[in-house]
Amino acid sequence: MSLTQDDVKKIAHLARLSISEDDIPAYEKELSNILGLVEQMSAVDTSDVAPMAHPLDMVQRLRDDVVTETDHHEQYQDIAPNVENSLYLVPQVIE
Amino acid sequence: MEWEVVIGLEIHAQLATKSKIFSGASTAYGAPANTQACVVDLGMPGVLPVLNHEAVQMAIKFGLATGSEVAPRSIFARKNYFYPDLPKGYQISQMELPIVGEGVLEIRLEDGTVKKIGITRAHLEEDAGKSLHGESPGMTGIDLNRAGTPLLEIVSEPDMRSAKEAIAYMKKIHSIVTYIDICDGNMQEGSFRCDANVSVRPKGQEEYGTRAEIKNLNSFRFVEKAINLEVERQIDVIEGGGAVVQETRLYDSDKHETRAMRSKEEANDYRYFPDPDLLPVEIDNETIEAVRANLPELPDAKLQRFISEYELSDYDADVLTSSRPMADYYEIVVKASGGEAKLSANWVMGDFSGTLNKESTDIKECPVSAEMLGGMIKRIADNTISGKIAKQVFEAMWQGEGDADAVIESKGLKQVTDSGAIEKLVDEIITNNPGQVEQYRSGKDKVFGFFVGQVMKASQGKANPAQVNQILKDKLKP
Repeated sequence: MSLTQDDVKKIAHLARLSISEDDIPAYEKELSNILGLVEQMSAVDTSDVAPMAHPLDMVQRLRDDVVTETDHHEQYQDIAPNVENSLYLVPQVIE
Repeated sequence: MEWEVVIGLEIHAQLATKSKIFSGASTAYGAPANTQACVVDLGMPGVLPVLNHEAVQMAIKFGLATGSEVAPRSIFARKNYFYPDLPKGYQISQMELPIVGEGVLEIRLEDGTVKKIGITRAHLEEDAGKSLHGESPGMTGIDLNRAGTPLLEIVSEPDMRSAKEAIAYMKKIHSIVTYIDICDGNMQEGSFRCDANVSVRPKGQEEYGTRAEIKNLNSFRFVEKAINLEVERQIDVIEGGGAVVQETRLYDSDKHETRAMRSKEEANDYRYFPDPDLLPVEIDNETIEAVRANLPELPDAKLQRFISEYELSDYDADVLTSSRPMADYYEIVVKASGGEAKLSANWVMGDFSGTLNKESTDIKECPVSAEMLGGMIKRIADNTISGKIAKQVFEAMWQGEGDADAVIESKGLKQVTDSGAIEKLVDEIITNNPGQVEQYRSGKDKVFGFFVGQVMKASQGKANPAQVNQILKDKLKP
């Protein structure tokens, strides 16, 4: 299976990556190679193998429902590009 | 053409944990912006989520309360999309292997019929932060206090056929999650909200029509209005020769319309994959049985018990068990009244609920405790006061003038049951109204009401009505 240039553009857009037109053929080839690898693996019969959710064969540990965090928003906001009234500011996202 | 409406709901119930689903930050509502958002909630590099034990317990509770399967193994996945109130660029949710699987819920419709609605699944996920528009020109403000709050998303089968059925289902889920104490059910604060998937198809057609999803409906009334509007819109589109597009729509309660939010095609490409930061969750039978043993009485069981134990009608039992605080209140009233089940039901559903509504007061904060109301009903039952005077007593109790006995005493409202005293009043009225006496004796039975009214007025409403009737009848005989 191989990708088209449009697939590459769509994947880049979904990942919010800006790529130059010149680089698209190279990405097209590299990503297609990865898919080729997946295709190769798909050829193996895995019908009696349970899908793996995690490479570690362990179970999730749970934490008690206790509030352990205190307010440090001033420190966090010191490194934010833009803050006002304790809100993080970003360019307007609705029209 | 006759159209059939098909509705499925996705309900988001905010779980009532103290801390967030993957971090130790507080979930308390209403804190100053960003004071409850820690490094995990902010999606800082290098942090790891650790799952909240209580959130898992609550999901199991829900599964058991709705007779759904609780998954022995479930996994978390990343749902990828970009939005500023989602700092990580993905929401931790569950896709394959949700924690709660299939179940069935019974809803009661207005005409009393019972309908089964399928639950497809319920999964755990984290909430996003809040975007505040228009605070600063050209900018959007982000408050991440809500980011990471645990949600249980409850997905139904497309089994509902009208807005009314959708409301009945939503109310049923609301009552269950509040009964089992996993969600405070507060819709104004967004603790319980819903997305509705709506489509129409010609009656008799097997295949579903194309659906639109209406987002973020946070009141029962809005759900009903939004669904009905959307149904009308879709029928208009199809009958006008067009086709319904699969999309997400927003309900605008001010303009009374739904409008397209974004095309689902692109936005829906969430590229789910198992979250490598979280291991599979395993739930053993022992855990499930421990949760089951601690489940409170559920709405359906309570309803049946109210019908058999208190001999209430289906309707009364349904209203009284619609919320747990109401049901608890009623049971205390009955006990304090000395077992006056029907009279207590009338008062709780009538004057009490009416006053609660009128004053917009919550049952937990209302000035008349269940013991006080029960005490008053006891005084109606033992003939100390009449039902009519009781309304005065109730009002006085609401105003904080003490319990029923104190109010009856201080206002002198005790019912007159002394036959001699009532006879004296009756004699006076008969003497003073010879004309009406003549009319009554010549066969005008209607005049009897006049006499009752006069006697009650003369006694300032305190004469026992049954005695007044009897004595009047005896004395008016020709």
